[in-house]
Amino acid sequence: MSDQARPGDWVQIHRVVLPPGERAPQVPPDTQAVPLEMRVKGFTLGAARLGETARVRTVTGRELEGRLVGIWPAPGHDFGEPVPELLTVGGEVRARLAEGKGDPGNG
Amino acid sequence: MGRDLSYAGVMGRRNDIMLKAVGIDYRNYSTGVLAFDYEALMREAGDIAEIRRIQRETHVGDTPLWELGNITRLVRALAPPGKGARVFLKDEAANPSGSFKARRAALSVYHAARKGYPGVSAATSGNYGAAVASQAAMRSVGCIIIQEVFDSRGIGQPEIVEKGRACEAYGAEVVQLTVGPELFYVFLVTLEETGYFNASLYTPYSVAGIETLGYELAEQMVAREGRPPDVVVVTHAGGGNVTGTARGLRKAGATAAQVVGVSVDLTGLHMASDRDFNRKSFTTGHTGFGIPFATWPDRADVPRNAARPLRYLDRLVLVTQGEVFYVTELLAQLEGMERGPAGNTSLAAAIVLAQELDRDQIVVVQETEYTGAGKHPWAQLTFSRRNGIAVERGDPADNAPGRRIVLPREPGQLRVKEFPLDNVRRSYLRNALNQAGDRRLLPEDYRFLADDTRQDEDRVRSLLKEVAASEAN
Repeated sequence: MSDQARPGDWVQIHRVVLPPGERAPQVPPDTQAVPLEMRVKGFTLGAARLGETARVRTVTGRELEGRLVGIWPAPGHDFGEPVPELLTVGGEVRARLAEGKGDPGNG
Repeated sequence: MGRDLSYAGVMGRRNDIMLKAVGIDYRNYSTGVLAFDYEALMREAGDIAEIRRIQRETHVGDTPLWELGNITRLVRALAPPGKGARVFLKDEAANPSGSFKARRAALSVYHAARKGYPGVSAATSGNYGAAVASQAAMRSVGCIIIQEVFDSRGIGQPEIVEKGRACEAYGAEVVQLTVGPELFYVFLVTLEETGYFNASLYTPYSVAGIETLGYELAEQMVAREGRPPDVVVVTHAGGGNVTGTARGLRKAGATAAQVVGVSVDLTGLHMASDRDFNRKSFTTGHTGFGIPFATWPDRADVPRNAARPLRYLDRLVLVTQGEVFYVTELLAQLEGMERGPAGNTSLAAAIVLAQELDRDQIVVVQETEYTGAGKHPWAQLTFSRRNGIAVERGDPADNAPGRRIVLPREPGQLRVKEFPLDNVRRSYLRNALNQAGDRRLLPEDYRFLADDTRQDEDRVRSLLKEVAASEAN
């Protein structure tokens, strides 16, 4: 993936909304120490390199500016890894029902 | 001159911004120092027949009610002789956006479009975002969803990342934020800039939209079994699900059905903490919302919250994260229904509660949600492990939010923990006294507090004295 976005590319920009020290008073200390950051996606209005300032038009038509952090960004989430502790659960409870401990009159 | 966009400047304009963005002047409903006319406010949303008509226009509701035969057999295998109620499930995942939240979004988006707003916006990290986006797509209005999704390392909670993806799939703009309650500030700035409607979770529209869920399930049960259910188990977070479902049950005549709220126990994790954020393996249906919103509903993004769970709860119980992941597996493996974990919070409790009841009684689990990448037991437990949380089989009593997720060794270890409603009522009244400050409560306020806590006025007065005395000490 190139680090250069062309006009019209679907990109993600990043902006600091509130720096540390300007956070809401009720926020706990660990959160006070870090900025409130925002990420938004849109189509670039001009060419820009990763890390540079870029202007985008979002799907609602808003124009927003921020640091370019992703070009054609993928969501990145998945189904995770198999969880051994869960893999046997189905067999265990089916065996339990098959023992006839369940109610024969229902189900 | 430009608008003052400083945090203090925007927060100072919040009432004006909200008045424009919701189109309801809440001051008209005020009847005392604390009191307001709740039923009059709820009438803003219209009656059940009108709500159903609006929801059917956009494919919302009329979801199936299934009997869970194998889960019921399991319940009876675990229950004492003669015990073990039948367990039913309302499959709300069948709504267009995959959860009951479509019911909440339907009315908001309908009214936004009817009143001529150019779009709708909601501050939500949950299924509600996708619901608003889906309804906005159907009614051809713009949509901006504002989510809290990343910690300061830029690591997104997988369940929320998936919900953001779903919003985008329906054509919405998604503003993704790091942890912090200042999400509300960004929301206000966005509403002011765009002139969009605030599709809040807590307006009369949003809460009345859920009344059809309770109404339908009572109707379906009467048609099928000749009587309404005995117990309806409801996942409890912000209070709307409990409130709307219970109101719908009452409107359908199911006044004897017991309404049990269930939250996932996340005690000890701070909801605004950057560090704790990704140590939660549930991002909704948990005590971090459930308890604060029950003890003071009006902490919401509108001046008066239409979700007032203490008015409707008969019982409130907690379950653990590990138990909910475990029953998510049971629902898939025994009933052949793969659904999202958070929606199964009430199923975890129902399996326990059904064991207390007689065999001829009926328990309804009133929702499910869709599952997918990110919002799936494997995705969420893999994420937990990567964040240093132990995942193991064992006794759910050893569950420790943010440190250890314990999946039961066998289904007989599933339990519920009672959360006494009187404790919630005392906290609520303490908050009410703080809110009133030096102002003297009027007779109308005592009546309101009685309604809001579902107690008589004498009990409210005695609880208030008790609370005031403990504050003085």
